[in-house]
Amino acid sequence: MNTTVVAQLQRQFQDYIVSLYQQGFLDNQFSELRKLQDEGTPDFVAEVVSLFFDDCSKLINTMSASLERPDNVDFKQVDSGVHQLKGSSSSVGAQRVKNVCISFKECCHVQNREGCLRCLQQVDYEYKMLKTKLQDLFNLEQQILQAGGTIPQVDIN
Amino acid sequence: MAEVLLPRKMEIPNDPSKFGSPDLLHVLAVDDSHVDRKFIERLLRVSSCKVTVVDSATRALQYLGLGVEEKSVGFEDLKVNLIMTDYSMPGMTGYELLKKIKESSAFRQVPVVIMSSENILPRIDRCLEEGAEDFLLKPVKLSDVERLRDSLMKVEDLSFTKSTQKRELETENAYPVHSQLKRAKI
Repeated sequence: MNTTVVAQLQRQFQDYIVSLYQQGFLDNQFSELRKLQDEGTPDFVAEVVSLFFDDCSKLINTMSASLERPDNVDFKQVDSGVHQLKGSSSSVGAQRVKNVCISFKECCHVQNREGCLRCLQQVDYEYKMLKTKLQDLFNLEQQILQAGGTIPQVDIN
Repeated sequence: MAEVLLPRKMEIPNDPSKFGSPDLLHVLAVDDSHVDRKFIERLLRVSSCKVTVVDSATRALQYLGLGVEEKSVGFEDLKVNLIMTDYSMPGMTGYELLKKIKESSAFRQVPVVIMSSENILPRIDRCLEEGAEDFLLKPVKLSDVERLRDSLMKVEDLSFTKSTQKRELETENAYPVHSQLKRAKI
């Protein structure tokens, strides 16, 4: 094991994950998820976030369909979709996605279709952005493990 | 998305004497969110509980044998120590599930915990009034689960095996197993 390489990768990982928290992509719940992962369940976090991204994709499609016709918007259905999205984003620590959902809910309540469409676009952007960032993070993890190192536990407080 | 979730295989601990151990709390978790099911399952496993996860209140009732056709056969051995259910679910809500459980003679003693992402006081009151053991805000914390587990372990006295080993010397054939359980439950 090349300890210099491992140390560099670990440093990179640490800096990257800290930046994700600092930029508000992730909140404390993500670190709670990481704490639940161990050597026996090394893919736990990746699996949970994968389910989350699947949820995002499905719900965004459904809500998009509900919002499509200006004269016939089912705001109840959109609200239900936002509620689910807010719930799962909260469970994985996807802070930016969750925050958009909060605004999105407001738009539903006042039946603001334009506002809803904007939020929908934003939520789509945010989840895809997060997906890319986390993919990079998981890649770093893999590199560390392949180099024979261990993944650092990062304290964000 | 109709997902058939069969009861999960229990993770077999390394210690062979713990195989099928009655000392582990068996928790039935109910949530329509796939993300939340995965999360709560992990929380419970980490807390050393046996876990069965289902995706709806209807399936929970089916699992407990309280479905549309109430079958009393084969469910006497089903030991569920705790039910944790999401509040907002399509079809039957967690609140309605709570009521059904409290109405059943077989399971009304089983503590039911409601989980919700919304901190709505009238909702919390209603659940507690209906007999919910606790109301947890999502995302549920590991400390919530550990706290529940600890308080239930005390009530069930699931460590009775230790105390009965002492008693065995004096009372070996004097009492059948079920009264040993009752006596241990002080």
